[in-house]
Amino acid sequence: MDKLVGEATLEIKNADGLHMRPAMQFVDLASQFDCNITVSNGQTDADGKSIMQMSMLAATCGTRLKITAEGPDADKAIEALRELVEVRLFDEPPPGADP
Amino acid sequence: MKFEDFVCFGATIPELEAKDRDGAIGELVGALVQAGRLPAELAEPVAQAVIKRENEASTGMGKGVAVPHVKHEAVTDVVGVVGQSSVGIDFAALDEQPVYSVLLLISPIDNSDAHLQAMEKIFKHLQKEKFRKFLRQCQTPEAFEDLLREADENPSW
Repeated sequence: MDKLVGEATLEIKNADGLHMRPAMQFVDLASQFDCNITVSNGQTDADGKSIMQMSMLAATCGTRLKITAEGPDADKAIEALRELVEVRLFDEPPPGADP
Repeated sequence: MKFEDFVCFGATIPELEAKDRDGAIGELVGALVQAGRLPAELAEPVAQAVIKRENEASTGMGKGVAVPHVKHEAVTDVVGVVGQSSVGIDFAALDEQPVYSVLLLISPIDNSDAHLQAMEKIFKHLQKEKFRKFLRQCQTPEAFEDLLREADENPSW
């Protein structure tokens, strides 16, 4: 049976943090899944499919975000988001890279 | 970060003359020049940089608001300004609806964190229907200032 809840803590590793373009990438990806996705910075919970809510997380480089996915494809969603945030770094450079 | 830390209250525009996106951006940048927050010779390059960014992906987030922004060497601190259009402007917004409130933001190139903090402040309030409604009701620069200062003092509302 499918696991219905997935959880992960992801660290923002691109130098500029979760500004609007990465936030939109996140929302676009999250929206491809059937599960509800919640993103928390410890103070604020945001709907991972809402660009307005994601934009208010102010997640700077080094921030750890807790991602919770609930629904039939929760595990797949978590893995895809981990890839975007921690592996691809939103296709942006890490700190200290040449501009 | 508070609105008063980055919004130039002397440059807000209760009724934009421009009826299109690029015109509105130019008008808001011009207001920042008039208020002394940007050198006149940088008005054109800054406006063009904002438009270029906007062409990459619309900052019209839906619900009648847009937050055009750019990082530019013209500023050393985040500078913001608000403008409003009662007729609505086509920003190619996500929900394909017209934009009535425009918050333009210019951030320094080397301070990503300050930019994120200004965005946090903006969206914390913009996602609330009550705030968007009050914003649209502002008809004078003083009304903008009162509303934004009130939001600074009562972060929860």
